[in-house]
Amino acid sequence: MNTITIECLRYHPESDAEPRFQSWPVPFTDDMSVLQGLQYIKDHLDGSLTFRWSCRMAICGSCGAMVNGVPRLTCETFLRDLYPGPVRIEPLNHFPIVRDLAIDQADFLGKLQSVKPYIIPDAEPQGTYLQTPEQMERYYQYSKCINCLLCYAACPQYGLNDRFTGPAALALLHRYNADSRDAGKAERMEVVNTEDGVWGCTLVGYCSEVCPKGVDPARAVNQNKIESTKDYFFRFFRK
Amino acid sequence: MKTYIRPMSGWWKRNPFYLWYMLREASCVFITAYALMLLWGLYRLQQSRIQYEEWRESLSSPLSFAFHAFALVLVVYHSWTWFKIMPKTLPRMPLPDGLVVVGGVAAVVACTTALMVLI
Repeated sequence: MNTITIECLRYHPESDAEPRFQSWPVPFTDDMSVLQGLQYIKDHLDGSLTFRWSCRMAICGSCGAMVNGVPRLTCETFLRDLYPGPVRIEPLNHFPIVRDLAIDQADFLGKLQSVKPYIIPDAEPQGTYLQTPEQMERYYQYSKCINCLLCYAACPQYGLNDRFTGPAALALLHRYNADSRDAGKAERMEVVNTEDGVWGCTLVGYCSEVCPKGVDPARAVNQNKIESTKDYFFRFFRK
Repeated sequence: MKTYIRPMSGWWKRNPFYLWYMLREASCVFITAYALMLLWGLYRLQQSRIQYEEWRESLSSPLSFAFHAFALVLVVYHSWTWFKIMPKTLPRMPLPDGLVVVGGVAAVVACTTALMVLI
């Protein structure tokens, strides 16, 4: 069995003025993920290490962290691919650290709420909604977002200005605006049109690179720059 | 709740992706300088042929040649980055992203070649 060094950023608010790194040698097998390496540390080396996880299969979006400086889901990143190491694990960039690898998600959750991520029908539904495959194709990729926040950790604009609505919330906003069953676009355009809406994006594009589910938030944001521009000019023709 | 927020200083040096992004943004400075130089040439042209020739003469120094060569490289890189992300900025197209990028680059090559042949 090989051994790899895992370095974790540690921060205990009750005793640390600022974060520090701590390293452990971790024995691993070929099928072990970075998350399992962290679990090995917690179970055998230091029970005080704090990190979030749940499903272990890239569905829940809980275990995101910076792995050697890149935002990754630790459950689908394998230690064998990082050998001989060391592997440096840090909390997701651009978020306040609560403890060790756990970040404060409150800002994102507020933004998610602001984009009304649910179908707003124009009238009381009468039976089953019908939708063609082509209509579904318009929003389907954006519905795969698992709110893992890797895209926020990849976005320097969010790091520099946390008022920016950010990639995942704007991708989910687009997911509902693009849905043929939805009639809430006008309400969501208020978020899109602000300086901290789509116009806070400078198209770095790294958000789409790091998404573990193949969502393309950069596309959603930039599609909505067109929508926002149309919304601005076409207001003169509306009654 | 006490939390720790890490500083952003030097963020663009932390990942090669950000370095390329910053190069794309910084290339605007040289592209603007090149455009202003051309505008100055147009201004001199409307003054008189002699002044236009003086402007041309002033561009023949090794320093000017180096600037133009450098600006050309940056213009090519800058243009390529925008063609690369063009599919993300367009309305839904019935074409694969790769074809949109290739189409954009091919259009530039065709227009440039046509201009060089005509002028």
